[in-house]
Amino acid sequence: MRRIWLVALATLLGSVMFRAAPAAAQAVDFKGKRIEFIIPFAAGGGSDVWARFFQPYLEKYLPGNPTVLVKNQPGGTGIAGTNQFHLRAQPDGLTVLGTTGSVQLPYLLDDPRVKYEYKEWTSIMVSPTGGVSYVQPALGLKSADDIEKLKGQKMKYGSQGVSSLDMVAVLAYELLGLDVQVVFGLKGRADGRLAFERGEVGIDYQTTSAYVKNVEPLVKAGKAVPLFAWGVLDEKGDVIRDPTFPNLPSYVEVYEKMHGKKPAGVEWEAYKSFFTAGFAAQKIIVLPKGTPANIVAVWREAIGRVVRDPEFIARSKNELGDYKQAVGPDAATLTNVAINVDPTSKAWIKNWLVTKYNYKPDAD
Amino acid sequence: MLDVIATTFVNLVTSASLIYLLGGVLLGLVVGILPALGGTAGMALLIPFVFGLEPNAALAMMTGLLAVVATGDTVTSILMGIPGSAASQATILDGFPLAKRGEAARALSAAYVASAAGGVIGAMVLTAAILVARPIILAFGTGEMLLLVLLGISMVCVLSGSSLVKGLIACALGLLVGAVGAAPATSEYRMIMGNFYLADGVPLVAVALGVFALPEIIDLLRRDAAISSAMSIGRGWLQGAIDCWIHKGVVLRTSAIGCLIGALPGIGGSVVDWIAYGHTVQTARDKSQFGKGDIRGVIGVEASNNSVQGGALVPTLIFGIPGSGSTAIFLAGLILIGLQPGMAMVEQNLDVTYTIIWSLAIANILGAGFCFMISGQMAKLTLVRYVYLAPYMLAIVFYASFQSSGDWGDMVALIAMGLIGCYLRRFGYSRPAFLIGFVLQNNIETYLYQTMQFYTLGDLARRPLIWILFAVIVISLYFGLKHRPKNQTEGVSGELSATTLWPQAIFLLLALAAVVYCVYDVRKFYLLGSIFPLTVCAFLAPLLLYGLWRVLARDLSDPILFDSESEWRLKEEGYVASLGHYVLWILGFVGLTYLVGFLIGIALFFVLFLAVKSPAGWGGIALMTGAVVAFFMAISYFLVLDLPRGLLQNVYRLPWPIG
Repeated sequence: MRRIWLVALATLLGSVMFRAAPAAAQAVDFKGKRIEFIIPFAAGGGSDVWARFFQPYLEKYLPGNPTVLVKNQPGGTGIAGTNQFHLRAQPDGLTVLGTTGSVQLPYLLDDPRVKYEYKEWTSIMVSPTGGVSYVQPALGLKSADDIEKLKGQKMKYGSQGVSSLDMVAVLAYELLGLDVQVVFGLKGRADGRLAFERGEVGIDYQTTSAYVKNVEPLVKAGKAVPLFAWGVLDEKGDVIRDPTFPNLPSYVEVYEKMHGKKPAGVEWEAYKSFFTAGFAAQKIIVLPKGTPANIVAVWREAIGRVVRDPEFIARSKNELGDYKQAVGPDAATLTNVAINVDPTSKAWIKNWLVTKYNYKPDAD
Repeated sequence: MLDVIATTFVNLVTSASLIYLLGGVLLGLVVGILPALGGTAGMALLIPFVFGLEPNAALAMMTGLLAVVATGDTVTSILMGIPGSAASQATILDGFPLAKRGEAARALSAAYVASAAGGVIGAMVLTAAILVARPIILAFGTGEMLLLVLLGISMVCVLSGSSLVKGLIACALGLLVGAVGAAPATSEYRMIMGNFYLADGVPLVAVALGVFALPEIIDLLRRDAAISSAMSIGRGWLQGAIDCWIHKGVVLRTSAIGCLIGALPGIGGSVVDWIAYGHTVQTARDKSQFGKGDIRGVIGVEASNNSVQGGALVPTLIFGIPGSGSTAIFLAGLILIGLQPGMAMVEQNLDVTYTIIWSLAIANILGAGFCFMISGQMAKLTLVRYVYLAPYMLAIVFYASFQSSGDWGDMVALIAMGLIGCYLRRFGYSRPAFLIGFVLQNNIETYLYQTMQFYTLGDLARRPLIWILFAVIVISLYFGLKHRPKNQTEGVSGELSATTLWPQAIFLLLALAAVVYCVYDVRKFYLLGSIFPLTVCAFLAPLLLYGLWRVLARDLSDPILFDSESEWRLKEEGYVASLGHYVLWILGFVGLTYLVGFLIGIALFFVLFLAVKSPAGWGGIALMTGAVVAFFMAISYFLVLDLPRGLLQNVYRLPWPIG
């Protein structure tokens, strides 16, 4: 018995030494290493599923085929785990973080709990996503063409909280001129769909994969009417139709239909920057501050090969939607757009949240 | 359909899937037994292995794990008095007294048979419900959910013990602790004392382990004996199975409760056991033994917490909305192997659905079988002198708490909850009532708020289910109050005498101070953020004042007056140290960890504690310390979990595992 302990101890000590060995300075090779892919949310959530989808491909393409472990660090709606990563992660390429819109938003709103700084990280991949808004058929619409029928109709909408990603949708509806009453306290987006199916809310949105899986059947059964997809950003930064939903108008199209003019002004700019942080650049893989250029290069190379893998491409359409995963310089550019919001937009959003939805950025 | 059912069964048992099922079952039992891990953590561990597996094998493995966590966690709850996972908190109430009495074998055996039966019933309900449950689940709107949660609160009646007032106080205190953190409606931070750790609220793990495990560990240490007062674990293996047969009505009813509550997304698995326990007590004719070791208490809870998984899979499969934490990851697993849960999958891939159902049934039976095999050895732990077990228990409990958010706050929260638990226990306030209040707080508040926004009173009055549930609550309250079990659910029973009354007065005054702080803290909040805690305070304050008045009146015949400490000092022998003595030891342990980090701290604590408290020689101490260090190194390495860091680690960068 004692012998077994000794052997176990020796093995463990062995692996300790191994783990403690510093990353080689020259040729980066992760052979035999363990890479932690930190997800600051509980297992089973959207970010977790996303990370686990990438995990086997990362193992395949990182040099030395290391073991990649998805590590969940939930708490504080993603802020706690992200703070930990920012303060603790070593720049040896063995720890990466997967962030998401709900980590970006509090950063942009200067939430006092945020101790992380996006500008110090290196962004190596950006996963965009989209979303579709849909309404109850009882409101009298057949399709988005009849959107003007919504004018003056009261609708309820379920949100996860004042400073959550769901507020981007609230802003979108408000700019459209819809009369939406926000009900807070949902535990997840799926709760919103359940409330919709029970007839408790009139309007709801789901992100792309959830919409395809769970709402399209409702649409076919005549129990939901899709209004519009958020759309995606083209090279010039304009919102165009979402390639996953070529038959659905983009937000800009329905806006023009409602108001008879193109969206503009400070509130539009504000919406667009928060839409970018929340959807167009929703999920980002980053390396910690101070990561040496050779390690960054190795990660960029590996990610680039992941997104070119034919099997990955075939599966990702289904899992992540028909979006281009931004890698290389594109990733950095998109991340920059997402985390640099001009001060006027920021002030406008904050003021809007405070005056209309009792947002309190500073807890006393 | 029948042929699909038959072929999936044959495919399952004749292919490699069975091996994977077995693997899932074994992992499920391990995470169930370890208090640090539950079904959610277990599923998360499994996910990386699922990727790339043949779908049927993956389904069998995941379902196998899901099915048996609530069988494995029973072992810890019954033998150690520590909840093995959130699903078996209520098992402790009667299971642990049975173990202490030397009837561990009977309790375990009854629990396993009930678990297997509950699990199989859950699988049968899933078979029947999967194609027709959709309209039923949609019929439960937020209003109906609110009433179900209130039904849970009504169980406080039967869990209050000798004094209903004290049960209500405990429950209201639980509601107040639950209200700490971001308000569901306004996201305002309530009662966080300027500490953002509390923004998410006090973690459930800290509350469950603090309120149940820490007071139990301290109490056992103070007795300085083994857990079991008998010299053997008893030969009740057969008796336990017979007990289940005798009380098959309990098994059937609590299984049904488990299925129903599991099937409703949003109520959560940690409540099911309490509702099942309350129901078992309510419907029993002779209530005198509950809380002291009534086998029905074990059977009822264990049947329900296994059947709940069958129920929880209903919304997971047909809506893609998980009914519990572990089914949330199960859902992620399904997506990873290329399945899209939803009505389409259920109808078009019937074989997938029935593979899950068969796996569920088989795993439940296998799990119970395995538990029977290992329990004989495990149960011997109750015969070991507790000073040898206590340091391991403390280490595991603190480590478990730390896993809830990986923040030092987790350790402090555990200590704070442990202190509350110790004094609730000492003064005879029902800890189950406290926990029910805590667990249900968020649901009550959220559903109340959402119901008010979604419906008018007229809308609600037109929903027949509302009336039915309302009637069920009234009936439950009626029976609960009319035949309220008067036995003490807390501490030792006996005559309620106490000569020194000031400690009880101080306890009540501290609770009153918490009420005042709460009112002060939320005074400037928006109505929606403050109305719930203020209502609780308005209800709690008069109860506390009434209690104070009774204490000051010194009417010793009033069951409100109770202090187990003075009783012990007067009558009971065998206590070798005071409560405060071991509270200080535990604080010392946490202090050490704070200075030098968990691993070094635990090693130092083991050496010190065993050297002072146990008769072990230096060789034995070294062996035991080495074992615990190796255990935590292994668990943190293989499960990629962090160990708490101390000041030392903040100043110096040290290599793993001490860094």
